[in-house]
Amino acid sequence: MFRFLIYKLALLIPTFLGVTVVAFGFIRMIPGDPIELLAGERGIDPARHHELMIQFGYDLPIWQQYLTFLGRLLQGDLGTSIITRQSVVDEFFTLFPATVELSLCAILVALLVGLPAGIIAGVKRGSMFDHFVMGGALVGYSMPIFWSGLLLIMLFSGILGWTPVSGRISAMFFFEPVTGFMLIDSLLSGEEGAFKSAASHLILPTVMLSTIPLAVIARQTRSAILEVLGEDYIRTARAKGLTPLRVIGVHALRNALIPVVTTIGLQIGVLLAGAILTETIFSWPGIGKWMVHSISRRDYPAVQGGLLMIAAIVMMVNLLVDLLYGLINPRIRHTE
Amino acid sequence: MSVVKLGGFTVKKHIIALVAGLGAAFAMTSMAQAKTLVYCSEGSPEGFNAAFYTAGTTFDASSRHIFNGLVKFKRGTTIVEPGLAESWDVSADGTSYTFHLRKGVKFHTTKSFTPTRDFNADDVLFSFARQWDKNHPYHKVSGGSYEYFNGMSMPDLIKGIVKVDDYTVRFDLNRPEAPFIANLGMDFASIMSAEYADKLMKAGTPEKIDLDPVGTGPFQLVMYQKDAMIRYKAFDAYWEGRAKIDNLVFSITPDASVRYQKLKAGECHVMPYPNPADLAAMRKDPQVKLLQQEGLNVGYLAYNTKKAPFTDRRVRKALNMAINKAAIIDAVFQGAGKVAKNPIPPTIWSYDESTVDDPYDPEAAKKMLAEAGVKNLKTNIWAMPVQRPYNPNARRMAELIQSDWAKVGVEAEIVSFEWGEYLKRSKAGEHDTVLLGWTGDNGDPDNFLAVLLSCDAIGGSNRAQWCDKEFESLIQKAKVVSDKAGRTEIYKQAQAVFKREAPWATIAHSVVFVPMRNEVVDFKIDPFGGFIFYGVDLK
Repeated sequence: MFRFLIYKLALLIPTFLGVTVVAFGFIRMIPGDPIELLAGERGIDPARHHELMIQFGYDLPIWQQYLTFLGRLLQGDLGTSIITRQSVVDEFFTLFPATVELSLCAILVALLVGLPAGIIAGVKRGSMFDHFVMGGALVGYSMPIFWSGLLLIMLFSGILGWTPVSGRISAMFFFEPVTGFMLIDSLLSGEEGAFKSAASHLILPTVMLSTIPLAVIARQTRSAILEVLGEDYIRTARAKGLTPLRVIGVHALRNALIPVVTTIGLQIGVLLAGAILTETIFSWPGIGKWMVHSISRRDYPAVQGGLLMIAAIVMMVNLLVDLLYGLINPRIRHTE
Repeated sequence: MSVVKLGGFTVKKHIIALVAGLGAAFAMTSMAQAKTLVYCSEGSPEGFNAAFYTAGTTFDASSRHIFNGLVKFKRGTTIVEPGLAESWDVSADGTSYTFHLRKGVKFHTTKSFTPTRDFNADDVLFSFARQWDKNHPYHKVSGGSYEYFNGMSMPDLIKGIVKVDDYTVRFDLNRPEAPFIANLGMDFASIMSAEYADKLMKAGTPEKIDLDPVGTGPFQLVMYQKDAMIRYKAFDAYWEGRAKIDNLVFSITPDASVRYQKLKAGECHVMPYPNPADLAAMRKDPQVKLLQQEGLNVGYLAYNTKKAPFTDRRVRKALNMAINKAAIIDAVFQGAGKVAKNPIPPTIWSYDESTVDDPYDPEAAKKMLAEAGVKNLKTNIWAMPVQRPYNPNARRMAELIQSDWAKVGVEAEIVSFEWGEYLKRSKAGEHDTVLLGWTGDNGDPDNFLAVLLSCDAIGGSNRAQWCDKEFESLIQKAKVVSDKAGRTEIYKQAQAVFKREAPWATIAHSVVFVPMRNEVVDFKIDPFGGFIFYGVDLK
């Protein structure tokens, strides 16, 4: 197991280096000059433009800029945002809890709904329920978030008035953030109704963000269950006279879970990508919205730092999934 | 029943509980009675020091509520009135401005700073020297780029700033500049506390001056939750009198449709920039009122007057006559615009009502093109890739102009670039014709006419690359005349020259709509596009 871990960790180094190149190069490949954008229609005279280029270090050859970036990165410094003049690391960690809170809720909903739905659809293959779940999954997967998010807001907030429209908590509540997780902070604040407000603000963005992972998990679980149900050991379990619940719950599910765990791990990346749209629609102050804004302003340090942090998190989650995969299926450790 | 001794008196515990309960209830009631106005703002502020930035969103969150300038604009107008300076004198040659400062003005008291003195000349000196003097200890703090100060040519203009006494400051200029007073009403000219700056410098944390702002404005910052919410409270000791509302909250909501849903649901009281498509529903909504005013802006199509055939005035005039502006107002502005005939908007003084716009007359246009010897003209129309109040859909506008020009035999290709690239290339004059616009900074005609059409602005904001001797001498003359009536006359003449020479097709001035809930009273639309809540109340 230890060798397996070392092997996996060693693989991360070149991957991470690759990510630094992509993160650094990506924003520079998009046309546009951060200083021109900073000045807007008002414009900036060429001498001042040159002065600012020097100040930000953008006058240097690209490879030199990259090496400076890498050098600072090794010291844990992701630079300072051109726009807000704040440390990129500080900005990231101020906003990250909001994204984590939303993503955790979304993955939880996706698991709690997607897993059982996938299992039942697999067991009752061809039934009305199966068709309903698979149809629903297809719709969930294909709906554009911008459109469906607005529809949800119009229906549940506008017409029915059941949920708040957007944000993390009502403007009427006021307390200093402690953890950055609004559910926890609202409890800690002791303000009456704050937790309820925070929880109700989570409902629509959670539903929206969970649609794609839910659809993927349900489909993946269904096909994994179908595959496993045809195996000899299931026939043996049934022949032993085990109850269907035990056959499915213990024998089938444990084996079917292996590909599902990988899928869930991969969904973390999808969640972070989905968060960009969901956060924009629901005015959710997370890293997705921050990245969109930083890209549109060509805030080089914020974009490259943010991309790097997101990539590092996805890599860590994938490593955890690999380890978990190894735990569930010991054969993996020996074959790699 | 248990009893407790309290200061020699015997009081029943129940009574204490009752009194405590009543106290709590009273506190809750007063909290509930606190007037909190929620504004669904369209974006996050870049920071809280307006001197670094050029975006209105940042000014709304900083200078327009937390700070004051020496002068200010009368609410809802472009009229300059005294701010932190009670009055000012201008020397006969127009190169020296002496400001007499207001006494008894307090700075905010925050968690990290308690002022020991009132506002005085040191604060004025500090706020300007920081931007102007490259050797000032604060000049480079927080990145130190003062784009508006530089953009308004203040470094070239100011010769010296002198503290005459604690309540008198003199600005000496290198040349007479009539718009100087209006410039001082702009956001970059916000006055900061020199005492706070000194304290922070001594503590080794000078950058905090831009993060935890201390001003003299009607509201003080309580907390900023990045990208989510900004919270202010009314400043009790504000020199113009305490604000009518107690708390002001900016709930950051970038999507216009979502902002409207929040307004409907009562989650916010005021919202900026509605979708034109939502206006009809807003007018019908019994809970919402819709204020409107012409914006301080102009959207235009600039001809590159250095490139043939646009060097010929007749070609520019002919193309102007080929454009159906009324159709553009309907299709692009969905009615929320007004046809522009002058290069300055009607809300600016000296606007010439008597100007006659080029009529929409394709036949006359064809004839004039033939007279100019132009046949089968192939050209381009540059369309901005971004939305602006003065042009909500440049692509659509370009398509309409393209089709209008096709009717007079002109074939135009629509070109677009990424925004930064668009600005850079159009400055360099790579276009034949380019769509762009301008929103005024200080309500002075010079801020449109000189910034956009002077010879100096070629290679900068003068996208028509137009340098006309007569026009230039008029706008330069207006800069040195301090009497407003005299300046008005000169600017009217300049507008006539502009109309005759037609370096642009003036397309439209937008109409600004501000939807708000019925309980909001005394809100005035700011001609500069700001959202200002001092003076606003809730019913």
